[in-house]
Amino acid sequence: MCIGVPCKITAIDPNQPTKATAEVNGIQRDVNISLVSSGNEQSLVGQWVLVHVGFAMSLLDEEEAEQTLTALNAMQEEEPDVNILFKP
Amino acid sequence: MQFIDEFRNPTQVKSLLSQIHAWVKKTSFTAEKPLQIMEVCGGHTHAIFKFGLERLLPPEIEFIHGPGCPVCVLPMGRIDACIEIAKRPEVIFCTFGDAIRVPGRQGSLLKARQEGAAVRLIYSPMDALTIAEQNPDKKIVLFGLGFETTMPSVAITLQQAKQRNITNFFVFCQHITIIPTLKSLLMTPDIQIDAFLGPGHLSMVIGTHPYSFICEQYHKPVVVSGFEPTDILQSIVMVLKQFANKQCLVENQYRRVVPDEGNPRALAVINDVFIMQGDDEWRGLGIIPDSGVRLNETYAAFDAEKHFQPKQQRVADDPQSRCGDVLTGRCKPLECHLFGKQCTPESAYGALMVSSEGACAAYYQYRQGEPA
Repeated sequence: MCIGVPCKITAIDPNQPTKATAEVNGIQRDVNISLVSSGNEQSLVGQWVLVHVGFAMSLLDEEEAEQTLTALNAMQEEEPDVNILFKP
Repeated sequence: MQFIDEFRNPTQVKSLLSQIHAWVKKTSFTAEKPLQIMEVCGGHTHAIFKFGLERLLPPEIEFIHGPGCPVCVLPMGRIDACIEIAKRPEVIFCTFGDAIRVPGRQGSLLKARQEGAAVRLIYSPMDALTIAEQNPDKKIVLFGLGFETTMPSVAITLQQAKQRNITNFFVFCQHITIIPTLKSLLMTPDIQIDAFLGPGHLSMVIGTHPYSFICEQYHKPVVVSGFEPTDILQSIVMVLKQFANKQCLVENQYRRVVPDEGNPRALAVINDVFIMQGDDEWRGLGIIPDSGVRLNETYAAFDAEKHFQPKQQRVADDPQSRCGDVLTGRCKPLECHLFGKQCTPESAYGALMVSSEGACAAYYQYRQGEPA
């Protein structure tokens, strides 16, 4: 029920500004963007959103995602013996 | 950035596991008295089993599968009321796929469809509104269920119905709110939960601040977590660090999706359409004070129960099944005598076995055949 999928907005419907086309893994789907739009819908094109039951619920923050990955990488560098636990 | 693959990197999974093994040694948890982390959301339960995470953790950590799967807590009597409405000849009953196989006393919505009721699966609540516009001679009923994750989309659909003056569209409101559910769990005396993995997608709506009472009043850490393997493992590291450092905080691991303040627009549409009112009964959990969600007076004309007046039914859970004990962490699915025998995904006793996010379905799919 609470499954959400990251999708990239590729186009805004010129007739219905709350409706956008979003793409995930090459599949196009209609997405309602009224919960993430602040008036300038065109600025959302190219933006990643988290889609749940056909509604974009949150704008994905690429900077935060990079920071999470950087933190994970840093963790790895601090742990040179990381593979010890996994040797047969 | 694709926002999925980056968070499934095996090297990082190994690194996080090594962190978990190191940090758990700095806490007082043991294999006999493990850290019991409740993952509130069924999406987490599914991910934990899908990626086999619970087998990679040290014995000092145990997952308790929480009640955050709205389909799993659907009371039988409510399914019966839906079926009663769905069987009316003028009705097209629209439901998300998760709910169609949940058994009521009179069978499931799927069985009702096999018997001739017009039950349709929808992907989005907006699909139900489209069906209403395409079928002006029918009455379209949307089964509105779910926590705060789904409430905004149902609310917007209702706003649209009102705006477009669509009079053949109704909502059967079975929404549930998370905070009273967690309060009820925390107030239950024999439940041992040391920390929570907070629901990621629900929290993108409500934010992280509403969980602070769990730390302040109950002294249990909360880490709002994403759903990929490195998300869940990183969240466990964050929980362990809190115990090792004698802290108790609400932390947000899923910052790329969850703003701490949530989505104010989503909260506003919820408040425009719904009212939080009264106590409701939930399968396996009993009566939860203040957990009821109804359509407010402005949207009363769209309320399927007001319009169709189905019989109010209270059906006790089957005493043989241990759905409630599984939902509250008192036992694991394999300890239920019905598991895999009388209760399978094909012929389920409880919703935990039919919902894709239910703990029993996850055990059935990934752990069947193992000793209890």
